[in-house]
Amino acid sequence: MAEQTPVVYAEHLDAGYLPGINILNDCSLVANQGELIGIIGPNGAGKSTLLKAIFGQVNVRSGKVWLNGEEITNLKANKLVAKGVAFVPQTNNVFPSLTIEENLQMGVFQTPKRFDERFEFVTNIFPDLGKRRAQKAGSLSGGERQMVAMGRALMIDPSVLLLDEPSAGLSPVRQDEAFLRVKEVNKAGVTVIMVEQNARRCLQICDRAYVLDQGHDAHTGTGRELLNDPKMVELYLGNLAEL
Amino acid sequence: MDWLNALNLTAGEFVGAYTAAYVLCALGLAVHFGFTGLLNFGQAAFAALGAYGYSIATLTFGWPWWSAVLFGLLCSAAFAVVLGIPTLRLRADYLAIVTIAAAQALKFAVSASIFEQVTGGSNGLSQFGDSFYSLNPIPKGRYDFGVFALSENELFIRIVAWSLIILIALFLYFLTRSPWGRVLKGIREDEDAVRSLGKNVFSYKLQSLVVGGSIASLGGMVFVMSSQTNQPSNWGTNFTFMLWTILLLGGAATILGPIIGGMVFFGLLMFLQSVMEGLVNMGWLPFLDIAQVGQIRFLLVGVALMLLVIFRPQGIFGNKKELQFNG
Amino acid sequence: MANQISIGEPAPGCKKVDPILVADNVTRVFGGLTAVDVEHMEIPRGLITALIGPNGAGKTTMFNLLTGFDKPNTGEWTFDGKNLAGVSSYKVARMGMIRTFQLTKALSLLTVIDNMRLGDQANPGESFFKSFIRPVWKRHEAKITLKADELLKRFKLDAKREDYAAALSGGQRKLLEMARALMSDPKLVMLDEPMAGVNPALTQSLLEHIKGLKENGTTVLFVEHDMHMVRHISDWVIVMAEGKVVAEGPPADVMKNPAVIDAYLGAHANSDLGDIEINSAAKETN
Repeated sequence: MAEQTPVVYAEHLDAGYLPGINILNDCSLVANQGELIGIIGPNGAGKSTLLKAIFGQVNVRSGKVWLNGEEITNLKANKLVAKGVAFVPQTNNVFPSLTIEENLQMGVFQTPKRFDERFEFVTNIFPDLGKRRAQKAGSLSGGERQMVAMGRALMIDPSVLLLDEPSAGLSPVRQDEAFLRVKEVNKAGVTVIMVEQNARRCLQICDRAYVLDQGHDAHTGTGRELLNDPKMVELYLGNLAEL
Repeated sequence: MDWLNALNLTAGEFVGAYTAAYVLCALGLAVHFGFTGLLNFGQAAFAALGAYGYSIATLTFGWPWWSAVLFGLLCSAAFAVVLGIPTLRLRADYLAIVTIAAAQALKFAVSASIFEQVTGGSNGLSQFGDSFYSLNPIPKGRYDFGVFALSENELFIRIVAWSLIILIALFLYFLTRSPWGRVLKGIREDEDAVRSLGKNVFSYKLQSLVVGGSIASLGGMVFVMSSQTNQPSNWGTNFTFMLWTILLLGGAATILGPIIGGMVFFGLLMFLQSVMEGLVNMGWLPFLDIAQVGQIRFLLVGVALMLLVIFRPQGIFGNKKELQFNG
Repeated sequence: MANQISIGEPAPGCKKVDPILVADNVTRVFGGLTAVDVEHMEIPRGLITALIGPNGAGKTTMFNLLTGFDKPNTGEWTFDGKNLAGVSSYKVARMGMIRTFQLTKALSLLTVIDNMRLGDQANPGESFFKSFIRPVWKRHEAKITLKADELLKRFKLDAKREDYAAALSGGQRKLLEMARALMSDPKLVMLDEPMAGVNPALTQSLLEHIKGLKENGTTVLFVEHDMHMVRHISDWVIVMAEGKVVAEGPPADVMKNPAVIDAYLGAHANSDLGDIEINSAAKETN
């Protein structure tokens, strides 16, 4: 069987913000078409940094990143958006003074003609966005803004959707909604790479996950494998849920 | 082109009395901005109060030099309190605006004709240095330092001024390494965090304003002492912006910064002036005349300040990691 | 258990047997929006109380009001019998109520150990005139440094002692903020989302620390979204929604409350999201 080119292939990355200090140390990641990939791990492990390295927002000092077989290492973010990489940051991810529809329009900024077609796609997954299209994004709650941010990212018809802690700051019911939304988006055919602090929920929905530790992809496996691995529970997941 | 003369003059500037005065005022500004994050754009006012306090105490009250010094310090401290109480509870930018206005207001006040009896109006005051210079132990004569020569009084004021700088630098060194200094550092970064730990942030900011202002008032006194004239025109916005240039050049949150920054700044200014004058005299700069050289220097100061802020905001000695620019 | 904490049955705004904080008629209005409208709230002394609720419920605003970081439109409250309404934030801290912040305020430009030293409230060296007489504060400084090192070890930050706080990760900064809050031996510690951003494996030991606070007699009030944590260590839970207190009681009872489940916990709280079919999920959440 012919091997399909992975959508995202990050190989042996070293990257960091301050000169001389690497947050990522020989970190690698593969995301195949249609997969939901989770990135979990302790604080300071480099989860967000890995995402930013793929999106050209941190200096990659060694190693390469490929998108659908094309090298994109250290390419600027605006060029990556044109190539189909969508990024949803953790905070400040919507324009509060614009309406939901205008926010979504910002999403297709580079290809405005595709608005109608993409708007239909996004509102199929998130009907609320269609129903409330004229509402200002600033008046939405945190969970609702997350939805708008994700919808906007989907407007570019991305090859891959990068999510930075989509559940951060949300109450339990909104977190569950956010995770289910991600699952839905993935089911519609979008490859997703998701950094999460809520490791348990992340592993429940993802196909495969990487556990980062000190900037390196220390462990990997399917979501189920990692969830049920006692070593993972001890080191990374904690056993509060069982108490 | 008399290079030797240019170098002589430059060397003289490194240890000049005006340089010392600016260094003192810049040290005061370092306490305000570098260590506490206060945006003070009216340091000229604090220096002016020191100068006027001293000269008025000497001429109008007839006090000896040490009372006059104390009076000058008191004036600056009082001004700091009056300025600080309404503004320090507000955002940083408000302090910036108020200090610019206050400095201008003060300058107009001292040149106003109704106060002319005491302040000398727009002509200012002079001949107030006798009590100070009577302390001079150095015998009358000219003292040759190889590259430049000074009279006994010129030498005296320089020795006093630079000793003062060393003393204050030591004082600040220990102050900033004390727990009090630590609180200021915290305030510089995040006032609410410091409040949540039980510290009266407003009081600390006021103390910092007084300390920095008092140091600047000493600078003002040194400034007028060397020429024994004190005029309102000395204390315009030029003064304040030269101070900021020196501070940023040397490194705002350091103690060595204002000192070396001041020396380099004035040395460079003098060097540029001498060289440009020489070039004009030799006919190499036909589009300029001597008078314009003096003005072009300040054009260059402005450009230098811009380049500093853009390319090396931490200055010579500053630590890029510690750099804090949003007050 | 409920009878030992509240006077009478648990209900929103119920009185407590031994309250450390009593608040009455607290309101805060931003423009047209009423962020907080609490008729009555009492925090039991010496216990761990959790303040939960959806985002926008007013929890952090309530925190800000109680600790003097915000002024209420109306309201009175007492802490340990002392009237606190309108008292400024630094004075509240000096009275023994220390809070942490949702957006961590670890001071990045100071080292970890200096951050800790700043947490002490009795340092003579912090007074201007005493600060340049080193012998006056040297011994106190050494004492608090020892205490700081002990706390840093407990929170596993001792290796980072000399680093600038800026070099710490987000979760580590949260830990630093918490450790720093303990430097002044507060009577009431108010933690704003202490677990957010902290590694789940570290959560266990953090909870032990918070329980340790209770053993020392410190009262704890915390805002959290992690229900496992809430269930595990809190003695009492107060639920806020849209600015009001809507439920109160021991954790097990509150979490079975259908209104709370609807608005806050979600129907899937105890299920595995991987098992949920997307279409059925869409039906439930819409």
